Amino acid sequence: MPTVEMTVNGKRASAQVEGRTLLVQFLREKLGLTGTHIGCDTSQCGACVVHVDGRAVKSCTLLAVQANGASVTTIEGVANGETLHPMQEAFRDNHGLQCGFCTPGMVMTAIDLVTNNASPSEEEIRHGLEGNICRCTGYHNIVKAVKAGAAAMKG
Amino acid sequence: MTATGIGASVKRKEDFRFLTGRGTYTDDINRPGQSHAYILRSPHAHAEIVKIDTAAAQSSPGVIAVFTGADYDKGGLPAGWQIHSKDGSPMVEPPHFPLCKDRVRHVGDQVALVIAETYAEAKDAAEKIDVTYKELPAIISTADADKPGKPQVWADAKNNVCYDWHLGDKAATEAAFAKAHHVTKIDLVNQRLVPNAMEPRAAVGDYDRATGEYTLYTTSQNPHVIRLLMGAFVLQIPEHKLRVVAPDVGGGFGSKIFHYAEEALVTWAAGKLHRPIKWTAERSESFLTDAQGRDHVSHAELAMDKDGKFLALRVSTIANMGAYLSTFAPCVPTYLYATLLAGVYTTPAIYAEVKAVFTNTVVVDAYRGAGRPEATYLLERLVDKAAREMKMDRVEIRRKNFISREAFPYQTPVALQYDSGDYDATLDGALKASDWAGFESRRAEARKRGKLRGIGISTYIEACGIAPSAVVGSLGARAGLYECGSIRVHPTGSVTVFTGTHSHGQGHETTFAQLVSDTLGISIDSVEVSHGDTNKIPFGMGTYGSRSLAVGGSAIVKAMDKIIAKAKRIAAHLMEASVADVEFKNGTFTVAGTDKSVPFGTVALTAYVPHNYPITELEPGLEETAFYDPLNFTYPGGCHICEVELDPDTGVTKIVNFTAVDDVGRVINPMIVEGQVHGGVAQGIGQALLESCVYDEQSGQLLTGSLMDYCMPRADDLPNFKVATQSTMCTHNPIGAKGVGEVGAIGSPPAIINAVIDALSPLGVQDISMPATPLKVWQAIQSAPAKMAAE
Ligand code: FES
Ligand code: FES
Repeated sequence: MPTVEMTVNGKRASAQVEGRTLLVQFLREKLGLTGTHIGCDTSQCGACVVHVDGRAVKSCTLLAVQANGASVTTIEGVANGETLHPMQEAFRDNHGLQCGFCTPGMVMTAIDLVTNNASPSEEEIRHGLEGNICRCTGYHNIVKAVKAGAAAMKG
Repeated sequence: MTATGIGASVKRKEDFRFLTGRGTYTDDINRPGQSHAYILRSPHAHAEIVKIDTAAAQSSPGVIAVFTGADYDKGGLPAGWQIHSKDGSPMVEPPHFPLCKDRVRHVGDQVALVIAETYAEAKDAAEKIDVTYKELPAIISTADADKPGKPQVWADAKNNVCYDWHLGDKAATEAAFAKAHHVTKIDLVNQRLVPNAMEPRAAVGDYDRATGEYTLYTTSQNPHVIRLLMGAFVLQIPEHKLRVVAPDVGGGFGSKIFHYAEEALVTWAAGKLHRPIKWTAERSESFLTDAQGRDHVSHAELAMDKDGKFLALRVSTIANMGAYLSTFAPCVPTYLYATLLAGVYTTPAIYAEVKAVFTNTVVVDAYRGAGRPEATYLLERLVDKAAREMKMDRVEIRRKNFISREAFPYQTPVALQYDSGDYDATLDGALKASDWAGFESRRAEARKRGKLRGIGISTYIEACGIAPSAVVGSLGARAGLYECGSIRVHPTGSVTVFTGTHSHGQGHETTFAQLVSDTLGISIDSVEVSHGDTNKIPFGMGTYGSRSLAVGGSAIVKAMDKIIAKAKRIAAHLMEASVADVEFKNGTFTVAGTDKSVPFGTVALTAYVPHNYPITELEPGLEETAFYDPLNFTYPGGCHICEVELDPDTGVTKIVNFTAVDDVGRVINPMIVEGQVHGGVAQGIGQALLESCVYDEQSGQLLTGSLMDYCMPRADDLPNFKVATQSTMCTHNPIGAKGVGEVGAIGSPPAIINAVIDALSPLGVQDISMPATPLKVWQAIQSAPAKMAAE
């Protein structure tokens, strides 16, 4: 079995994995980082989005071995201790989550979206969230949250 | 109102853990020594199992055990509701074993259970199981299932009929039709939907050899119901030896009410193997095994006098049950559907016939709204069509037939008694908020841009706050539908609330904390809401049918009443006053006419440190439990208005405005209530424009078996919503709450389709079915009687 090694949320992590192990399985099962969720088996839902070397990636679409040597940030690594990241705070303030299952992926996608476009319009936000499905909120408050989060991230 | 009290948009207490990845969903739970289950499923819609050879799988690496139907020695999954047919005979109730014995009846049916050290090993081994099937012809179509000569799903169910039921006064209805000035007729399909909560179902079974106790962690909306059904009916494990935990659950929408085969299988096998066993559905499995929703084919007729007053309604519906009866399936197209056919109207005579049929498809059961969206869609499409045929205004025909605000309590001809409502008020609110009056100029402006603009309305009612036990018992329910709430006041004055309801997105940890903190006058941070564990919560019936606040919240209020009553006796003792003179307000006990007072915290401490205490009359401690059985259903209602713009070149429908004005009774947290409406409307838009569960009519293969094929609403498919509440209070529960979880999905689909038809009406198009996809709309335009005039 190959050994993979990567930096996850600033800490070095390594483990032996089967070649077929997906990055999301590595994070959830080997590292116990269960904040990253699995909502589908066709790379459609975005519940599994993490950042790999600074880019939002669907971690169900990548083998763990492909992330060998990479720097990965998961939802567990976004807050500063017990202080929420401005995007997390914006989701809370705007009721951008209900059951919370899509939320980690939404937040990771939203941070990536704002990193690439500091002041997204509503249309850009809706387009940018296309790869993330939420069954609970109807997106209305998620869109509001991303807008507010973008403003807060500008400081 | 305080910043965290009743009526305040308090930010949710549960959000921090969800936002930081610290939620605990079932698949996040791992037990020491855990093994993994994979279920081999039928590739055929209908086949005999001739032979299963598991030898190669048994010796596959990592495999602990392989079980088939022949090994399974326990009971089948029960139906929780019994319907009787017109002739008095009980519904056909076929056996539903968690592992198929000799026949598979839908694609995805459970054939074998493989347990291995890892999930991958279990899955690899399942590929080595050799099953010999003898394929049989399948019946898929709802409309054709009861026709003679079709393939039979069950030998006992002749022509695939599960029951043939009716409700209402047939003779009075016929008589009213006989003297009608005009009759409007409509044929409608309410298509099958896949609930698709984002968290796939999962279950972890565990068995403690030391105590003989079983534990099941499961993605459920109602852990006590699962304990009852699985313990008493399926595995024969008594309640005190069975713990069911539903931790954080990632959405349910009905699909996680029911008791599923996998829950029983992991629990049963954990007891046999003495190993914890985890099963988690892949999304493809969810499509093949989660109970699906809707699936009605209906014909309806509305009789009117010359002024457009409704005289009578008759409806006949075929409802698809799928291959088996899911837990609450039988009551959905009967008591949650036909009883709603009066809607918000005074129609004096109604007669409905409902035939439930078996087909070789996944089971159908409650999905957000359950029966009530089907009733609302039928009525509101019919009323719009009636207005067109009578050349009456769509709003006026509704107003003319509304139950007036003075008429409550109002007894409908289909069993329900509405307690309160004001349909003119919600209608007026929605007309104003949507600028209905200004629509024609927007239509004309859109026309100049080459677009077809339309507006549609629906005025609806639903029955929820489920339900008075005696009433549902007389209608066939095999359970009571009360709720349990428990308040534990701790010595230092903080409070744990135990509720039998379950939160899987609804924010109970916040709403119930607001209710308790406001009533007891303590900080919201001192209140913790606990739910989802049968070992912690005395009892519960769970969350569905928009019942949590109306029924579960009322139980909490009743428990608080007991707390306050006892606390008053302690306070009276401390203040040396008579109990009758003690008042409680804002967290302080006072004696009328004196300046004596004692805070809630002191009373709590005294209850647990009873040094100065009326010990001969009163037990120490401060903890109370209450069960609340509602006196009636609750009746949220309202008006939804949708404005669409169609692109005639592509057939794409864009929702440009969506307005919902709902009467949901008392609102505790407006932010959460609005969020519930948003989510419900999104699912309604999904049904109206995007979603449809499609099977191949010949092979029974699910054609929409993944998120690539089944069109879920995404962020750029939906508009922003204008939502508001305009409430009358429920008259029979202590909170005044009616419920909000389902209104969005109930009220919206007909408003959207009525808007699409309105947009197409200049071309002479009269009908379009759900989902109104771009292809369907484009085809309707191409084959329309009138052509688009070139601008
Ligand atoms: S789990 Fe659905 S996209 Fe990765
Ligand atoms: S909050 Fe439940 S899926 Fe988005």
